[in-house]
Amino acid sequence: MNRHLAQEIAFAVLTLMAMMVVIPVFWVIWIIVAKGSSAISWTFLTQMPHDGMTAGGILPAILGTFLLTAGTALVAIPIGIGGTIYLAEYARDTWLTRCIRLAIVNLAGIPSIVYGLFGLGLFVLFMKMGTSIMAGALTLGIMTLPVVISTAEEALRAVPTEFRTVNASLGGTRWQGIRMIVLPQALPGIITGVILGLLRAAGETAPILFTVAAFFLPVLPRSPFDQTMALPYHLYVISTQVPGMPEEIQYGTALVLLGIVLSMNVFASVIRSYYRRKRQW
Amino acid sequence: MEKIVVNHLNFYYGDHIALADTSMSIAEHRVTALIGPSGCGKSTFLRCLNRMNDTIRNTRAEGEILLDGVNIYAPGSDVVTLRQRVGMVFQRPNPFPQSIFNNVSFGPRMLGLAKGSALDDMVEQSLRGAALWDKVKDKLHQDALHLSLGQQQRLCIARAIAVKPEVILMDEPCSALDPIATGHVEELIESLQEHYTIVIVTHSMHQAARVSNFTGFFWLGKLVEFDATEKIFSRPGQKQTEDYITGRAG
Repeated sequence: MNRHLAQEIAFAVLTLMAMMVVIPVFWVIWIIVAKGSSAISWTFLTQMPHDGMTAGGILPAILGTFLLTAGTALVAIPIGIGGTIYLAEYARDTWLTRCIRLAIVNLAGIPSIVYGLFGLGLFVLFMKMGTSIMAGALTLGIMTLPVVISTAEEALRAVPTEFRTVNASLGGTRWQGIRMIVLPQALPGIITGVILGLLRAAGETAPILFTVAAFFLPVLPRSPFDQTMALPYHLYVISTQVPGMPEEIQYGTALVLLGIVLSMNVFASVIRSYYRRKRQW
Repeated sequence: MEKIVVNHLNFYYGDHIALADTSMSIAEHRVTALIGPSGCGKSTFLRCLNRMNDTIRNTRAEGEILLDGVNIYAPGSDVVTLRQRVGMVFQRPNPFPQSIFNNVSFGPRMLGLAKGSALDDMVEQSLRGAALWDKVKDKLHQDALHLSLGQQQRLCIARAIAVKPEVILMDEPCSALDPIATGHVEELIESLQEHYTIVIVTHSMHQAARVSNFTGFFWLGKLVEFDATEKIFSRPGQKQTEDYITGRAG
């Protein structure tokens, strides 16, 4: 066969495969927007549900998702970034650090439903937090750690060793170097990792199933030890557990969740590309 | 007057001995050049003077290095303070990807030497000291990476002198620069010795002859000869030195 023709065919097949990645994304977005956008209104976003959730808004679920994501951030950011700085900047290669790394890899591989059961066992029952925002945020926080740690470590390692050497040569301690030059340079990468991690947490259902999520609550949560509704679980509930649920509310809820997650994703990409363009080493 | 006295220094990378029984006296407010072929130990020697080698794992130093009479390798000696007193300029210009001002003020800010207008003065002084002030005074807040390589290297010198060191170590500071930029840096070295003791590693024998008062010739991990530059280049005491500087070896 003519090798130019072979090349044309190869390109055509490869292009088709690349397109197949794109098609489902737009398809999903298209269906959800088409079926759900009619449900979106100010009332839908700011009112409590009523009439067995078949009418009114989804405010408690939206608020719950924001509260849980904020709680996840409070858990995952300090532990994740602190631990990463230790691993990337201080730790030598000992059996202890190898154990820590192994633990991180394994944390990343644990199915989310197992996190849910773990959170139920440890936080809800053993530590007596009850099904609460606290327990849910801790569970989601631990689940988010590996994402934060691996991206943050990559960002720290991308900062040239030279900068640390220069810092030392000017009489700086290692910690001063981390604070004044390494962290500021790595920050965009770290922020991206944090956002991607939180984004995943925001959309998870299984970890919050037993630890925090409520089927329906007539009032908004008032303390970290209250239960809350959350978008992913609410979506599951209204799609499978409530007979006679109007389709547009189901798709409207999905659209809100998708909107929150996608806008965070876009925000992360913008930060990343902005700093990548500014970076010159 | 001797600023640094090195006595019987041995340095090891693992089992490999990189410097053997090296002794040298480095005069205050003079320029001392270290020459020799690649891998002869001259850079290793330089990096012992501010213990920069400590950051490489599996290395070991024996012997003593006295800075103003105090052994910097003594147990409990403060490496961080040592490196403030003995600054360093590297082979490749390596400014931080930040503004010119932030580069020069980095050390003083970190060490808490100055704030506000005192910090501004310090930055100006350091840039003047590095003969760069007139070139950059109108663009202090521009990115340092927009400067030419030669200017970047002078900026690195300004950054080093901003922490008020007593000694400046230079590790082939001109190897990445063109001849004109090299000329500027050499003039700068000339003017810096009034306030600082300078030790410079160089591949260029011409540079050693031009800028230094004393020259040490290293060969295979040993200091073969150390003397006044003038003597080394006109009447070397060792055959190896003569072969190297006349281009017959190396």
